[in-house]
Amino acid sequence: MAARRLARHLLAAALLAALPIVAPAPALAQSTLRVVMHSDLKIVDPIWTTAYITRNHGYMIYDTLLATDANGRIQPQMLDRYTVSPDGLVYTMTLRDGLLWHDGAPVTAEDCVASIKRWGAKDATGQKLMTFVKDLQVVDAKTFRVNLSTPTGLVLSGLGKPSSAAPFMMPRRVAETDPNTQITDFTGSGPFMFRKDEWKPGDKAVYVKFDKYKPRAEPPSGMAGGKVVKVDRVEWRVIADQQTATNALIAGEIDFIEQPAHDLLPVMVKDANIKVLDTNPLGNQYSFRFNSSAKPFDNPKVKQALLYAFNQEDFLKAVIGDPKYYKTCKAMFICGTPLETTKGTEGLLESNFVKARALLQEAGYDGTPIVLMHSTDLQVLTNLAPVAKSLMERAGFKVDMQSMDWQSVVARRSKKDPPTQGGWHAFLTSWVSADVLNPVMTAFLNSSCDKALFGWPCDVEMEKLRDQFARETDPAKQKAIAEQVQVRWAENPSHIYLGQWYQPAAMRKNVNGVVTAPVTVFWNVTKG
Amino acid sequence: MLGFLARRLLATIPVMAIVAVLVFSMLRMTPGDPASIIAGAAATSADVAGIREKLGLDRPIVEQFAIWIGNLLHGDFGESFFFKKTVASLIADRVGPTLALATITMVLSISIAVPLGVVAAYKQGTWIDRFVMGFSVLGFSVPVFVIGYALIYVFAIELAWLPVQGYQPIREGLWGFLSRLILPSLTLSVIYIALIARITRTSVLEVLGEDYIRTARAKGLPRSTVLMRHALRNAAVPIVTVIGIGVALLIGGVVVTESVYSIPGLGRLTVDAVLARDYPTVQAVILLFSVVYVLLNLLVDVAYTFLDPRIRY
Repeated sequence: MAARRLARHLLAAALLAALPIVAPAPALAQSTLRVVMHSDLKIVDPIWTTAYITRNHGYMIYDTLLATDANGRIQPQMLDRYTVSPDGLVYTMTLRDGLLWHDGAPVTAEDCVASIKRWGAKDATGQKLMTFVKDLQVVDAKTFRVNLSTPTGLVLSGLGKPSSAAPFMMPRRVAETDPNTQITDFTGSGPFMFRKDEWKPGDKAVYVKFDKYKPRAEPPSGMAGGKVVKVDRVEWRVIADQQTATNALIAGEIDFIEQPAHDLLPVMVKDANIKVLDTNPLGNQYSFRFNSSAKPFDNPKVKQALLYAFNQEDFLKAVIGDPKYYKTCKAMFICGTPLETTKGTEGLLESNFVKARALLQEAGYDGTPIVLMHSTDLQVLTNLAPVAKSLMERAGFKVDMQSMDWQSVVARRSKKDPPTQGGWHAFLTSWVSADVLNPVMTAFLNSSCDKALFGWPCDVEMEKLRDQFARETDPAKQKAIAEQVQVRWAENPSHIYLGQWYQPAAMRKNVNGVVTAPVTVFWNVTKG
Repeated sequence: MLGFLARRLLATIPVMAIVAVLVFSMLRMTPGDPASIIAGAAATSADVAGIREKLGLDRPIVEQFAIWIGNLLHGDFGESFFFKKTVASLIADRVGPTLALATITMVLSISIAVPLGVVAAYKQGTWIDRFVMGFSVLGFSVPVFVIGYALIYVFAIELAWLPVQGYQPIREGLWGFLSRLILPSLTLSVIYIALIARITRTSVLEVLGEDYIRTARAKGLPRSTVLMRHALRNAAVPIVTVIGIGVALLIGGVVVTESVYSIPGLGRLTVDAVLARDYPTVQAVILLFSVVYVLLNLLVDVAYTFLDPRIRY
């Protein structure tokens, strides 16, 4: 009897503990869009980290002064207008009327100046831009000036850059937070408000329509145009398992998957209630990164050997598979963009092993095994390293491919130790194309030795060209510099781009109005 | 008994200390750097170094350990590197779903497995016995995620009787709460039903051959009384032991099940934290699981005294 009593008490205690305090359920809004993003939202400061999910969060709740439209042109967004002085040294920017923060306070020029300063201290493009900025001057509540020491095209392209870290505007009190400290106040002026009280990391993040947001009159175009919100609430649901997310979409439990696995797309296409849509025509670009500070990749000829040994098709076929979702492209700054060029790439990326072997011999490659980091847990990266290994071996390299999870790759790539002592020679990754549209934006082109991104290439010539590009404001001349950059890259590559691939989104058929843009956004989206 | 309980509770202190040292050192030895993960793909080495300094990861390991233990002794599990929330609040958010899933799973498992095992023992050698044992082998052999996907396909996609995924607290509706836990609990139960049914069958079979059972039968007691009061009660010690172990194993099982059914419980938190190298969260969750293991073992030991009066501590 005692045992039974004890069991009953234990069971009752367990059930009581499991059941949260009974309280009324919150009413679910009629138009709630339930979406599965590519990752869980963990960090909510879009200036502090370059993580794409945090950038997407930024576009939900913040706004930008300028934005890139569907044709790659920079357009005013929060700005009503801007003027440039004849000598190109003064940009006068005027905010639109009626812009409000989520707490109801008006957006002011002071807020914008503080926001630009914080972004400029943290973002690579921002840092470059700030080297040209003499000062940022508040003229009145709605107007400020960017005074430059030397003319540069970076004012517009930097403040209108679409991807990480985008220059989001924040209230002055928030923007004055140290750039290396995360913000804790999520007041923005964007089309949605973040419901911090409903945010459950690992479960969901909730955004509600900001009723007082004043959209532009133009139709949406890329990241620019009118951000008209047509649903009451957007819930970012975390479903880590791709199969479960697919099943949930089929069952109608969710409305949208941002990045469904390519091998599950045929299942979704077959379902009468689901449509698959490529909302980012620029797509993504695969990249092979050298550690230029480690032998033998400190020798440009060894790196050139790989430019000859590789071909893009093998990589793309091995990972993406369906040619509908990939494209070979020899243009470093993405095919279909203003800076597209094939200059300097003649004969490259065609798996010419004879040429590759000759270059290796010329360079005196001594058979040092190349430590190639192989990421095993991200489907869109997993098959890249084995393809690279095979092509490298056919060119005469010895390859030590080391398998690890992506986070281990991320940690190890920042180590400058010799490759045999915990360092590395090479790894493969992918960039959103919007991040590699010009020589300044392309982080892997930064060749400033220790100040460069992991891989630490050192190339004075390349840095001169990147500076020239930053100073140039004439698009035709910018194109000419971009061509020179690509030619220089072919002589001393910092990385190898391995083709473009596309990631369609999957959604229920009643979801309409998804904007074609390099970042997934939810303004203009209806759920009927 | 009270002395025994006090001694056992005191013995948990060195156990927890060893667990703390092990988990702390193993995490630091694991490749991966939370600062690089937080900084993102386009961050420079200087950015990563700045974040490492902010998180205190640039300090000597011994100092980091001393700070962590010091805070722990004050009841402070620290703050998650990623979520800027206290680890205690993260765990508090996740305990509900896991506890609900574990409770329903064990109730389901015990209420199905024990009768199955008893019947299989009583009908030894018949088709019922072979069916139960066949089911047990299947339950052990099929991976949890396969069972999960199969159940989802049949009951959520084809028949559309139950949701595919998610969790709803009971305060938002009883049916919503239960409907989202039926498939995960069934998935997780299969292996425990197999385990408990096999042990119950073996234990009851052993007891059925005892003299006192023959005596009970000879006295003319009804079959059910012989089975339930005399056989099962005396076979209960190994069954309770297996149930105790099963509850402990359940912690591993929920990791997979919570992933397949997208339940925001402790299992998913553990996986997410390990993948992100969120040291404070991993350390706290493993310590919590260790406490649960130790207490479960204690509970099982205490249960023996109720089931078998000959056992004294």
